Amino acid sequence: MTNISPSTEPVSEPRQGPVPAAPEAARRRPVSGWRAILPRWSPKLGVGLGLVTAIALFGILGPMVVGDPAAINNVGLTPPGGGHLLGTTQTGQDVFAQLAYATRGSLQVGLLVGVMATALSALFGIIGGYVGGAVDEVFSLFSNVMLVIPGLPLVIVISAFVPAAQRGAWMIAIVLAITGWAASSRVLRAQTLSLRNRDYVAASRVAGEKPWRVVSVEILPNLLPVLASQFVFAVIFAILSEAGLSFLGLGASNSSTLGTMLYYAQNGFALQLEAWWWFVPPGAVIALFGCGLSLINFSIDEIINPKLRTEPRKRAASRSAAA
Amino acid sequence: MSYYGRKFAFYLVALWAAVTLNFFIPRLLPGNPVDILMAKLQQRGGSVDPSVRRTYELLLGSDSDESLWSQYLSYWNNMAHGDLGISVSAFPAKVSDVIAQSLPWTIVLVGIATLISFALGVALGIVVGWRRGSWLDSLVPATTVLAAVPYFWLALILVALFSSALHWFPLLGGYDVRLSPGWSWEFISSAAYYGVLPALTIVISSIGGWLLGMRNMMVSTASEDYILTAQAKGLRPGRIMMRYAARNAVLPSVAGFAISLGFVVSGAIVTEQVFSYPGIGSKLLQAVQNNDYALMQGIFLVITVAVLGANLIVDLLYGVIDPRTRARR
Repeated sequence: MTNISPSTEPVSEPRQGPVPAAPEAARRRPVSGWRAILPRWSPKLGVGLGLVTAIALFGILGPMVVGDPAAINNVGLTPPGGGHLLGTTQTGQDVFAQLAYATRGSLQVGLLVGVMATALSALFGIIGGYVGGAVDEVFSLFSNVMLVIPGLPLVIVISAFVPAAQRGAWMIAIVLAITGWAASSRVLRAQTLSLRNRDYVAASRVAGEKPWRVVSVEILPNLLPVLASQFVFAVIFAILSEAGLSFLGLGASNSSTLGTMLYYAQNGFALQLEAWWWFVPPGAVIALFGCGLSLINFSIDEIINPKLRTEPRKRAASRSAAA
Repeated sequence: MSYYGRKFAFYLVALWAAVTLNFFIPRLLPGNPVDILMAKLQQRGGSVDPSVRRTYELLLGSDSDESLWSQYLSYWNNMAHGDLGISVSAFPAKVSDVIAQSLPWTIVLVGIATLISFALGVALGIVVGWRRGSWLDSLVPATTVLAAVPYFWLALILVALFSSALHWFPLLGGYDVRLSPGWSWEFISSAAYYGVLPALTIVISSIGGWLLGMRNMMVSTASEDYILTAQAKGLRPGRIMMRYAARNAVLPSVAGFAISLGFVVSGAIVTEQVFSYPGIGSKLLQAVQNNDYALMQGIFLVITVAVLGANLIVDLLYGVIDPRTRARR
């Protein structure tokens, strides 16, 4: 979660307290460069960070605490409670232990794909947008084509051709990254296009800076919020797609993710046996993690587009009075 | 080049890319699909005549000395004739027939569900975005939970709730199997009844995206000067919201259709699997489980063409709604 960690900073700093509409005075105060990039503190951000941190910690630390997730017992399909926090599967495996390992697996895939997809989108979006001309035409045509070709069917076809024994976690991650970068690349390109015509960028070009320096020093820092938000999207996309793929039995072999848990639950007739404790928790973890990331994304979006910030109560009131 | 010309050219390129991708995937990946298919065909008592093998080789790659380029040309020739080979899992049916049978189910299901979700999401987005700062804003985080819920998991929950526990809706299938498919009232109403839960799954999972996008655009549009002018003129708030703000704010939602449709179709495939819906998604997975590579590739191609076609229509409509796009930049 490298890109998210910097935004934890405002949490530890009780700067303004959790008031949704930050005091006007605090906003007018000139903010230093880095502070302007960090999201403003809001309840949404707090809940989002809380959810993401809790689930990430569960994925990292959980497997060290819980027992063997594969251990078979003769207490099949016991409901939650007693010795098993979340009950057991059909073969008596502990659902809670499985959940811990599966969360770790899903987070790994999400992180891996998030990094790769963001790198790909930055490569095509920023370079295309900055260089312009024929390169831009080709890059944006390429990303638009990748965008309209539906991703999951493509991933399914690719996974199906690769024999199960050779289907590793890396292969799945790479395939997901290849199918998941295009939308971000379009966003990044649009932002880069608007940045490259600013005066300070022109100035550094006139001053004889090399293109890679202009991009990495003048343009990239201003793209950080956009990159962070696209990274968050990529992680959500990856975790969801991987879950879908594993649910269909096409995920990486020998991997244990939230999707494989659901696959086994479905094939073990958890639904027909009404063993809700078997199939509800994995999906809930995915939904809550995705929700946490989206909430963080709201705060990032408010940096990119200040118009989205919740407006002060006074104006809102006057508008509803007018309405 | 005109707006429409550029759009057509783009979708032709996309179509070419999809077909070419389909041609290269089996050739670049490990495994020997042709032999697997031929073995399966023999098990089923299919005649192993050279023309069948030839079709498979064109689809999936061969060990022969034939140059890649001439394979590619013959492959296009087969595609142009709609010859996608013979399905092994539904032997002796042709791939194109299997697809033709299941495609209408998916198109109707995904089409109706997408329209409902788009209309509802945009309508809610208009209201939530317009009344920013009111309690409605708390709806926005709630939709993110919906957007992050995996389609198939939601489907499982709905089935557990409404089928297993409450017995309101059937567990699986696309219609009452006692009825024979046709245009009778009984059959159509049964299909609609069976389609409620799958459609509900798609609507619930995809509505959040529309709502959020529309809300954000409404918020941006609401601070435009022409809105202020309209308010100063003393127009009715409802009129300002619909005719001034929403009309302009809806454009990006329409333009963003491409991205969403891809997601919805992907989600629908997995959803169909949960409901054993007789659509193209279930067929794709059935093909995967049976190593029916020819059917698999055919379905991927058809899904891609359908998504491209839907996007082309939306893009053409967009040109009609927003005259600025037709003007050459």
